Amino acid sequence: MATKTVAVPAVIEMRTAERSQWQMAFERFRAHRPALIGVFVLATLSVLSAAAPIVSPYDPDKTALLLIYEPPSPSHPFGTDDLGRDLATRILYGGRVSLAVGLLAVTVAVSIGTLVGVVAGYYGRWIDSLLMRFVDMMYSFPRLFLLILFGVFFKGMTIGVIVLVLGVLSWMTTSRLVRASFLSLKQREFVEAARCIGASDRRIIVRHILPNSLAPIIVAATLGVAAAIIAESTLSFLGLGIQPPTSSWGNMLNHATSDMDKAPWIAIFPGLFIFLAVVSINFIGDGLRDALDPRHVVRKSF
Amino acid sequence: MGRYVLRRLLQALPLLFAISVASFAILKATPGGPLAAYEGNPEFTEQDRLRLEHAFGLDRPLPIQYLSWLGSFLTGDWGYGFASHQPVLVLIGERLPNTLLLMGTVFVVVLLFAIPIGVTTALRQYSVFDHAVTGTTFTFLSTPTFWLGLLLIIVFGLQLRWLPLGGISTPGAEFDLVDRLRHLILPVATISLVQLGSHVRYLRASMLETIGQDYMRTARAKGLGERVVVLRHALKNAAIPLVTVVALDVPELFVGALVTEQIFGWPGMGRLFLDAAFRSDYPVLQGILAVSSTLIVLANLLADVAYGYLDPRIRYS
Repeated sequence: MATKTVAVPAVIEMRTAERSQWQMAFERFRAHRPALIGVFVLATLSVLSAAAPIVSPYDPDKTALLLIYEPPSPSHPFGTDDLGRDLATRILYGGRVSLAVGLLAVTVAVSIGTLVGVVAGYYGRWIDSLLMRFVDMMYSFPRLFLLILFGVFFKGMTIGVIVLVLGVLSWMTTSRLVRASFLSLKQREFVEAARCIGASDRRIIVRHILPNSLAPIIVAATLGVAAAIIAESTLSFLGLGIQPPTSSWGNMLNHATSDMDKAPWIAIFPGLFIFLAVVSINFIGDGLRDALDPRHVVRKSF
Repeated sequence: MGRYVLRRLLQALPLLFAISVASFAILKATPGGPLAAYEGNPEFTEQDRLRLEHAFGLDRPLPIQYLSWLGSFLTGDWGYGFASHQPVLVLIGERLPNTLLLMGTVFVVVLLFAIPIGVTTALRQYSVFDHAVTGTTFTFLSTPTFWLGLLLIIVFGLQLRWLPLGGISTPGAEFDLVDRLRHLILPVATISLVQLGSHVRYLRASMLETIGQDYMRTARAKGLGERVVVLRHALKNAAIPLVTVVALDVPELFVGALVTEQIFGWPGMGRLFLDAAFRSDYPVLQGILAVSSTLIVLANLLADVAYGYLDPRIRYS
């Protein structure tokens, strides 16, 4: 009887590398192709805007009366505007304003929204109903109308003012999400356990519940940046936001209505960049939602 | 049912109260106050100012001023526009029908397209059509309304010359339905294309959920035709949450109308609001804010009532 020797490895290598929740989310995000494209486009836009003085040989505010309404050409890829300024250059400088306003306004909105949501969801009772009725009220104002009123009140807005005003008018969605998350999480055992060992409210909120509520906040914040960029550009388009000569993607379109027949590129290109930024951010938001919420069905392709 | 509507109306009162306080605050926040027009006039002395303030009741305590303002507001005395010296109520009355025509048409058009598209994408999930629609709606959801309007004008107005560039009718011409419709197409398309996206996405998700339900299998098992199953059993249930979504979008509709009215020179309330904004015409701004907020509150109320009517599981107690 021949004895067969079977090689039995001492340890079977079946372990996969340990992965944290965030690593898994990151991998899911990496598998979301539109989101990756979004990250790439947005990063390119941000870098080009930040490096505008290096990228472009032109001064964004210098007028050139002999060069007004130049159609797109190799030296002026997007043409020139009604004052002979290079449109591509102004778009890059405008990108600094528009992207920064979007990002900062959402920072303000998410801070307020989280604070309100935490207070309403954690403490509940009358303060919850009071705050939520207030949220209802804020929702029933048409936001742009209020933005316009602020625009009138401040006689056009500086970047700081528009960031604050947009933030103060757009925190409601975050507050509802945070509240909902706190309402369900505060009933869970781990919170009860934390309370049993004598953790303070502050510690329970900051160390135990908030980290578990981050996913919806991150998604809402991302989509909020897109909404804020659209809001700023709309307001600036109407002439009540960022004031010239500072360019923003919105105020560059301010005169577009009167220039459309002779120079359609003035109406097309700045808007194209708003669209590119917004669509990229929305893709990223979509990818983040799929990555951070595993219950959410991941679409196979787009 | 009647009692429920009454109770909801009463619940809306604090909201309307808050809106009225906000409107009042806006008027009080006018730079220079209501007598700003006299500022810089050398003939206008401190004594004149005090006398006028007393005559207009501006020296009374704020809550009293609010009550007296509210009283006249509720009885239809909305003050006069600074610019045109016409009563605010008349100014708004002239413009509101045009805005409602625009918004109403958008509302109908969006539902007419959203329902069949949403149903088809759900029935043929992951088909080419589904992907095309998902991609298109995502694109339009990311397009700023005003830029879309500009693009539509450039393409259909300036390049192809199919449609008028703006306005509500051909200047100087008699009222003509075809002419009015031609002027409506581009503004309506601008708002609808942006709004369509969210409704299609919502209905698709809602339909997908309904299609998986047991009663759908039951309906098929008892031999009902596919048409009846889809339309009567699936769509009817899937469309219920859409009522709330549509109502929640009413503020968006106002915003869309404001932007499109500006681009297309549509003589509606949104343009009146903007013109008033540039002239710091506070009584007009205040009036429009009150009208639009009230309409939004009413739309939400209507949606809640309709929701209960469509879904008998919801009981009014």
